[in-house]
Amino acid sequence: MTTRISRDELARRIAADIPEGSYVNLGIGAPTLVANFLPEDQEIILHTENGLLGMGPAPAEGRVDPDLINAGKQPVTALAGAAYFHHADSFAMMRGGHLDVCVLGAFQVSERGDLANWSTGAPGAIPAVGGAMDLAIGAKAVYVMTDLLTKEGGSKLVAECDYPLTGVGCVSRVYTDHAVFDVTDEGFVVTPEGFAVRELFGDNTVEELRALTGLALVDASASTRED
Amino acid sequence: MIDKTVASVADAVAGIPHGATVMIGGFGRAGQPVELIDALIDSGAGDLTIVSNNAGNGDVGLARLLKERRVRRILCSFPRQHDSWVFDELYRAGEIELELVPQGNLAERIRAAGAGIGAFFSPTGVGTVLAEGKEERVIDGRRYVLEYPIRADVALVSALKADRWGNLVYRETARNFGPVMASAATTTIVQVDEIVELGALDPEAVATPGIFVDRVVAVGSRPWVVDGEFVGGVDVEGRPLGSQEASA
Repeated sequence: MTTRISRDELARRIAADIPEGSYVNLGIGAPTLVANFLPEDQEIILHTENGLLGMGPAPAEGRVDPDLINAGKQPVTALAGAAYFHHADSFAMMRGGHLDVCVLGAFQVSERGDLANWSTGAPGAIPAVGGAMDLAIGAKAVYVMTDLLTKEGGSKLVAECDYPLTGVGCVSRVYTDHAVFDVTDEGFVVTPEGFAVRELFGDNTVEELRALTGLALVDASASTRED
Repeated sequence: MIDKTVASVADAVAGIPHGATVMIGGFGRAGQPVELIDALIDSGAGDLTIVSNNAGNGDVGLARLLKERRVRRILCSFPRQHDSWVFDELYRAGEIELELVPQGNLAERIRAAGAGIGAFFSPTGVGTVLAEGKEERVIDGRRYVLEYPIRADVALVSALKADRWGNLVYRETARNFGPVMASAATTTIVQVDEIVELGALDPEAVATPGIFVDRVVAVGSRPWVVDGEFVGGVDVEGRPLGSQEASA
């Protein structure tokens, strides 16, 4: 049995990789946890695609403002220095490559960096995409935050996604509860070469991850290990 | 003298015909022009095509328009929500058509209509099922799909304040689709909390210039804003805390 870190620990790990001064969009769901671990003494500006830069935490009880919500339609606050804008401007920020980082959830990520996170394609399911496709192709760095394995034990890192795609070749890094994976692009090679294990959590080994994912993972973890 | 103000929401929505394409502003409940939608329902118009980011929440506003079976087709990015039971039921029963559009393409297609753009190439959705059948082009080494503008006969928008020329200021994230929708419809109808004297709006703060607006109606204050001050005391749906209907 391999070690897994908790959602909060993973959120803390992702937050540590976001430099001061970054403009960041945290996707709906688990990625919103990352906000809880951004250092308070640093200025990192959160974007929410419904029209706010400088998003702050949830309001105090009794101070909920229905006009001030995030992309998940939850009440939020606006920090000093915040700015409001309309939807076309907001998506220009995303599509136009102005965001430094976005963190998204995933059903699957392929070795080429394809992302599937909006639909399982199940018959009868009501489709809903929101801003997922714009975020996936727009930010300078697209990070995925996910468990490595599905509830059934299948790998979410795959050779090819079978779920409907959100974006093609768009993911730069995948943070999982077992390890951190980079989608690599070998120098002049345009096509990414698959996943490289960047960092292992706990007692996980690259061999074990190869067995869990069925993928030929590149071991790039040695240089980042402390021991 | 230009005076775009009208006395009632019934006057504001007068003349919207059966079969019209209607843009409805708002993101979830924020900025949703509920009073105008109620008046549209009362007007009897039906067989509508709706353009809106979501497909209704709870049983009010857009959800009620759907529930009253006035909508044949809806273009939106995110119909499925925890409180979208009205849409869910109609969709599962095959009683409403859905065109799903990625949110940024929805906003930009509306913007393009208002800006007189014939079509544009977007990188969003490339290689996905939502781009199937669309013309694709590689520009500077990147793949794009061709997207066409979305126009409407009518836009229903909610803003905070207007003057009689139709200049609008919004409040916080309730601005969302208002400015682009206002530009993309033949007739733009706006509900506001308050109509103020010409000159009372700071020209630097006007987010929708009156040229995009045809009719304005005052519907009264949001309970969470009193004399321009945020007072809170409501839940995210705008219901007073501790009231019978307030959600848990």
